[in-house]
Amino acid sequence: MPPGRVPHGAIRPRVRQVGFVPRNAQPEPRARARPYPAEAGSPPLADSPASNSLSPVMIPPPRHLSDNLSTFRTPAVPVPEATRRHAGHSPVVGSYDPAESLLGTSSPAPSPPSSDRLIGDGEFSDESWLRRSNSAKLASSFPGGGFDKAVSTADLASNVSAKNTTEKGEGTALEVKNEAIPSSKPLKVKTTKSERRALQESQRAAKAAAKAEGNKSIAAASGRVTSVKAAKQPSQKKDVASAAPSVAASEKKGSDRAPEKDRKKDAPPPRMQFDDKSRVEKAKRRAVVNQTEARNRVELFRHLPQYEQGTQGPDLESKIFQLKPMHPAVYKVGLQFLAGDISGGNARCIAMLQAFQKAIKDYITPPEKNLNRDLTAKISSYVSFFTECRPLSISMGNAIRFIKNRIAKLPLSLSESEAKALLCSDIDRFINEKIIVADQVIVRHATTKIRDGDVLLTYGASCIVEMILLYAHEIGKQFRVVVIDSRPRLEGQSLLRRLIAKGLSCTYTHINAVSYIMHEVTGVFLGASSVFSNGTVYSRVGNASVAMVANAFRVPVIICCEAYKFHERVQLDSICFNELGDPDAILKVPGRMDVNYLDNLQNKENLQLLNLMYDATPSEYVSMIVTDYGMIPPTSVPVIVREYRREQLLM
Amino acid sequence: MWRRSASFILDKEDNAAQPPPPPAKPDTLTLSLSSPPPPTATTIAATINPPSSFSSSMADTLQNPNPKISAYYQTRAAHHGVVSSDWLAQAQAVAEPHLPEGWARSGSAAEPGGGGGGGRPFSVTDEFNNWRQQPDLAEAVAAIRALAAVIRASEATTMMELEIELKKASDSLKNSDTTSISLTAGCDLFMRYVTRTSALEYEEFNSAKSRLIERAEKFGEISQKARRIIAMLSQDFIFDGCTILVHGFSRVVLEVLKTAVQNKKVFRVFCTEGRPDRSGLRLSNDLAKLDVSVKLLIDSAVAYTMDEVDMVLVGADGVVESGGIINLMGTYQIALVAHSMNKPVYVAAESYKFARLYPLDQKDMVPAERPIDFGVPIPAKVEVEKSARDYTPPQYLTLLFTDLGVLTPSVVSDELIQLYL
Repeated sequence: MPPGRVPHGAIRPRVRQVGFVPRNAQPEPRARARPYPAEAGSPPLADSPASNSLSPVMIPPPRHLSDNLSTFRTPAVPVPEATRRHAGHSPVVGSYDPAESLLGTSSPAPSPPSSDRLIGDGEFSDESWLRRSNSAKLASSFPGGGFDKAVSTADLASNVSAKNTTEKGEGTALEVKNEAIPSSKPLKVKTTKSERRALQESQRAAKAAAKAEGNKSIAAASGRVTSVKAAKQPSQKKDVASAAPSVAASEKKGSDRAPEKDRKKDAPPPRMQFDDKSRVEKAKRRAVVNQTEARNRVELFRHLPQYEQGTQGPDLESKIFQLKPMHPAVYKVGLQFLAGDISGGNARCIAMLQAFQKAIKDYITPPEKNLNRDLTAKISSYVSFFTECRPLSISMGNAIRFIKNRIAKLPLSLSESEAKALLCSDIDRFINEKIIVADQVIVRHATTKIRDGDVLLTYGASCIVEMILLYAHEIGKQFRVVVIDSRPRLEGQSLLRRLIAKGLSCTYTHINAVSYIMHEVTGVFLGASSVFSNGTVYSRVGNASVAMVANAFRVPVIICCEAYKFHERVQLDSICFNELGDPDAILKVPGRMDVNYLDNLQNKENLQLLNLMYDATPSEYVSMIVTDYGMIPPTSVPVIVREYRREQLLM
Repeated sequence: MWRRSASFILDKEDNAAQPPPPPAKPDTLTLSLSSPPPPTATTIAATINPPSSFSSSMADTLQNPNPKISAYYQTRAAHHGVVSSDWLAQAQAVAEPHLPEGWARSGSAAEPGGGGGGGRPFSVTDEFNNWRQQPDLAEAVAAIRALAAVIRASEATTMMELEIELKKASDSLKNSDTTSISLTAGCDLFMRYVTRTSALEYEEFNSAKSRLIERAEKFGEISQKARRIIAMLSQDFIFDGCTILVHGFSRVVLEVLKTAVQNKKVFRVFCTEGRPDRSGLRLSNDLAKLDVSVKLLIDSAVAYTMDEVDMVLVGADGVVESGGIINLMGTYQIALVAHSMNKPVYVAAESYKFARLYPLDQKDMVPAERPIDFGVPIPAKVEVEKSARDYTPPQYLTLLFTDLGVLTPSVVSDELIQLYL
């Protein structure tokens, strides 16, 4: 295990982390500086620091132990790097101390890339990812240049000479020689023939490199200095380019850098992956809510946040006076989310919007600030607070997007009070049009699909399904309801209670019996938390099984979902995006003292508890989606998303 | 929807100007009635109005609208029902007196404002039923013409008034026959197409009205063209030596096959009998006239012959929002058999048949029943399934040939959303 790498769970290799070395960001320069001379003499060590940046999954770059071709390669790699490095630092010309020169030269170089990688993680498309893995490979090969030299004198000598030639051209030859020579000194083996040949080839390579440098390194060098300090994305990109072999690199660099930046801007911000230790640490430092993480997490779901329930409430309550920027309404709603007092997509969304509304009403633009920007930032801070309380639902995400869009589109000519009034009325309109009226429309549509004598099945408690059933009952349709429920939330019971109070005839059973009850059912009505572009329905865990059973029994499955919950994302499974509930909830059976087999097992290391909140129903199990735009097949969700977006922009 | 019509295909064809088979020029009704040659369908269709049975059945449907019996399917039966040779001859003989009537009617409709002016009050349903009797005229087009006549006959003085009148007329039309999907769809589309314009509000009333009439006519024309477009689009799918299974009688399907014959394609057609109105007989008759090799099957022989079949081609009474179709009874089972044997199922349907319906299963439709003659008396206790149509879910359809282009079933919903939202 490389130094500085934090021991991690059982299965480490995660492809997304390939090539990113957040953990050894600090230790690396030290490790490099200290053992360098020693390393030079010990080939086996060549693996360790260089491969620090390599993920276990990645194929390590060829080390070229005896391959003469390496000579062609190595000089080209380190040279521009070296020159650039020095351009930024006080020239240590003439200094022969290897440690010093190395400290001066190499320490800044490896560290920025690694920290960059950390920042950049997840923000890139696959394409850039490919490039990055490439860059990682190359970047790792550049410190390795030294080891190569150490390994074979042929390489070594050629390196030196190559550097000499190129550096002369650049005018900073000396200390590069310094860098190279100490490592060369300890072993001087006489492999004359190969040496000579290597020399030739390296010279040829150097010439090419020098040519390449003429157009690239000078410009890059000055850029590099500043960017190293900033330690941000661009510097890494320069690493990519400069580390890439010879001419190809220079070509690529010029063309690629700018688009890369744009792409980064376009790409949506990455979702927090909670198995990424360092990011989690960072997030924690910022966090208001002090969540303790649950210990034993299921491997596949490590990227999702999971907290111990019930510990944060009091802590947060005590903090109320410390949290200056948080509006009390927002604070209250956040606490309610945390405690689970408000649940259900619509309810949460409305609560959040109303909290925002109150916050906007009380908002006063600070002096010297712009309402549009400051309010957006405010809203963002509220949103991150809500996220800490409980992960946002997709519907909430859409609503937030709407608000931010409205704020951004506010005409500058408006006075503050006008702008606030406008925003509040916009929020009201959103709640009214997209949720309340939409629900009414959905109810109208869906009741046309209820015929006399139907047996309708529903799962859990969806407020829209409840409205449909009650309305259909009100207008005198004769039907029976089967409510399917499941542990641990038993939401169906509350629905059942309300339905019975209204005089509907109901059957209640648990999901275990769904295949038994399904044969008498004529229609399945389900709610949804979101519907994705590919028609996948994302809803309370258990809906997918019900839909699957219904499909097997050829019972039509009708999903009722407001169009504002649609999302343009495509999701195939319920793993990559989900929410974890309290694991203890499935462990304990409340009120059953006799079923206590799992008592005190929460912290057993070989027990992993998984309490998923949502699942994804594939579109082939869905017969119809009822939205406020009418009844549509699941294949038409993208059309609605498209139209809806446009409308939202106009609204 | 209409602006995206694939009518450019026709334009291209017109530019190419193939001299020998003048593409049955999609024109207004009067033309197709008056010009005899466009090979068979139109003339036969025009001539087979068998006086007694036809008018009586029509009268039945018109006079006593028994809600149980579907007027739409009765009309279809009257138009495309059993054709025997002597009957045909008879029909031919009687066709002459019918024609002037049609002329007169279309003439009166054509003259502006003259729709129902003479004496008796104007009624859309009457107008529609008149148009409906034209065998070559699709239901939706008949509805559109009837509504256009409403605009002409209207004495409204403001746009709002006219719109309300039109709305009322289309509602009464829709209520007159709830089983006809294309009627409903045609009315809805027309209302959409005619009234969906903001420019009308700023115009002087009379010019706005004439603009509306113009639109109505254009709409009717486009609808007429649709069949040709579909025929052109579907040619790519009919290859030499293929065997096509068709079900029931559909004017679009006939047009498709006719065009294929004109394009010198060699193919074989299996026609199902199409009980109870035996419309398949009628189709096989027409195809035989085109020198296509036809084999007639009883409806229950579909699975037996399916392995010889290369594709299934059916028309549709309505294309619903899920992308499925509602069509003559038996289409669903054919589609099921074809699906299980991996044969493509193509549907030829004009876009005015796209309806905002979403049946979840077979029973989830307005019942459309037809009396069925079993030849022998049926004991009173025995129930008879009289439904005239069934619903084929989209997963059993391969492609839809429409005048908007060749669509997969899921695109239908997209088109409908774009049209109605």
